[in-house]
Amino acid sequence: MNEVDALVTEASSVESGYQMSVPAGGGQVDVHAAKIKVFKRQDWVFHKITLLFALIVLAGLFGILISLAIEAMPALRAFGFSFFSANVWSVPDDEFGARIAIYGTVVTSIIALLIAVPVSFGIALFLTETCPVWLRRPLGTAIELLAGVPSIIYGIWGLFIFAPLFAEYIQPPLQSTFGDLPIVGGLFSGPPIGVGILAAGIVLSLMVIPFIASVMRDVFETVPPVLKESAYGVGCTTWEVVWNIVLPYTRVGVIGGIMLGLGRALGETMAVTFVIGNANRITGSLFSPGNSIASVLANEFGEADPGLHFSSLFALGLVLFVITFVVLALSRWLIHRGTAKQGR
Amino acid sequence: MDIYSRRILINRLGIGLSMIAMAFGLAALMWILWTLFSKGFAALSWDFFTQDTPAPGSEGGGLRNAIVGSSLIIGVTTLVSTPIGILAGIYLAEFGSTSKFAAATRFVTDIMLSAPSIVIGLFVYALMVATLGGFSGWAGSVALSLIAIPVVVRTTENMLRLVPSSLREAAFAIGAPRWRVSISITLRAVKAGVVTGVLLAIARVTGETAPLLFTALNNQFFSADMSQPMGNLPVVIFQFAMSPYDNWISLAWGGALLIALLVLSINIGARFMFRSKDKV
Repeated sequence: MNEVDALVTEASSVESGYQMSVPAGGGQVDVHAAKIKVFKRQDWVFHKITLLFALIVLAGLFGILISLAIEAMPALRAFGFSFFSANVWSVPDDEFGARIAIYGTVVTSIIALLIAVPVSFGIALFLTETCPVWLRRPLGTAIELLAGVPSIIYGIWGLFIFAPLFAEYIQPPLQSTFGDLPIVGGLFSGPPIGVGILAAGIVLSLMVIPFIASVMRDVFETVPPVLKESAYGVGCTTWEVVWNIVLPYTRVGVIGGIMLGLGRALGETMAVTFVIGNANRITGSLFSPGNSIASVLANEFGEADPGLHFSSLFALGLVLFVITFVVLALSRWLIHRGTAKQGR
Repeated sequence: MDIYSRRILINRLGIGLSMIAMAFGLAALMWILWTLFSKGFAALSWDFFTQDTPAPGSEGGGLRNAIVGSSLIIGVTTLVSTPIGILAGIYLAEFGSTSKFAAATRFVTDIMLSAPSIVIGLFVYALMVATLGGFSGWAGSVALSLIAIPVVVRTTENMLRLVPSSLREAAFAIGAPRWRVSISITLRAVKAGVVTGVLLAIARVTGETAPLLFTALNNQFFSADMSQPMGNLPVVIFQFAMSPYDNWISLAWGGALLIALLVLSINIGARFMFRSKDKV
């Protein structure tokens, strides 16, 4: 027996058979060919199984869209396009329109972003530029933990702790400062009862800060050190480096992070449901209770009877899903473009 | 004021504001945790874990049925979403690096990571509750799985992509078939990362309330039957916190503390585990 044969026998004894083209005894070649066939079949099965599960994930999204659309059909057919603009939501009259809920969703999200964007920018600036290195990790983790707190906790905290304090200490001064001004005065009219659109927006802002701040920190870290060092080298202050170098460089990713926060804020349910006050009307004041798409669903779906009310709730769900889908898709695209720079 | 002192002033102002922003974020976390602890601990007692949720107006009571219900629903969710998520993640990392289908799946999972959870509740209602005739623990698990799967898929894929291709090539070179390389070589190499993903998914669904409202609903009585409406912590907290009874509100705080402790410790534990393995 020569050396090659010995090797081949050894190789087949450890059950490895790919590409074994060494000419050896006829029996051995057949064994390997059979083995390769088995392996190939197993690989084919494995490939198809993993493909199937990936398909399940993809099918989930289309399933959601289709099932919402089917259930929403009766309402959309009954009210037509005016469903999206009608300023009415009345269960006794069987009249439904999405405007009140869309208004609440959009206004609370805008308030949330107005607060969350500057705060997140500050946090990201601090974590990437001024924070001592040994503190970066624990502080970053703390902010990420804020993202992990379930939304129902924010809700119960907002209802029992934040709203009463808000009504007592923050709303009266706001009202006395801005209440008499023309135009903006209307935003702060009405009794300061705590729960309402403004309170919901503030609680929402706390929820989205960690998401926006983490994305901003991540894209800030993609700025090449050379760029920052040369700016420092010509005598820029930290603020000037961040404002004139880091921010323009990471603009796309930062906007993506903000869109991610917006997507979160639009669809947030529990935190909003607790503090928005659940009233189906638009008053124009930020102090008055309102309703968002998600809070209407959470409050009314359980008690809805099959019929127009039921179908209208599905139509609201469809509206919410489509809006957040567009916002999140945009955000993903921007964040990808923003972080892809890292390699260049 | 000359330009130099103005620049220094603006710099100090900007840095100062950023520190205030950081303090604001930390203060919010501290405030929420402190409230939870001070209000929640008052509610914890032996009865809290051994008694079922009280009827309206009656004294005392606990959350035993809700705790058991939540554990069952989340347990099933984990069993369902782990294999689906890991296998789909393997597909994306090992087979689908260039295909359009994989790109579409990746895109969809990224969207689903942040999709409004209440819409997923609506979907499962239309899919299971309306067709199979009634709210059930199973429906709750399916809804939570739809939220957990994208988390597992994305972490699995990202982890697998970190495996150096030389490791795969070495395995191929000694003649291992592809499935064996995936399962025994690459997946094993990133075991810690994948487990972290599963843990994060569990943490994510533990506090989810909205998808359970229309699927598992709630049950005032103890039940371990997954085909019936099932008590669960988030929905009980929601209903009790909105109620006029003091003992209900107190129980809601206790439940909230329980959930928060669980979620935060899983989050911290997952990080710690991943980091200690990471250094090897």
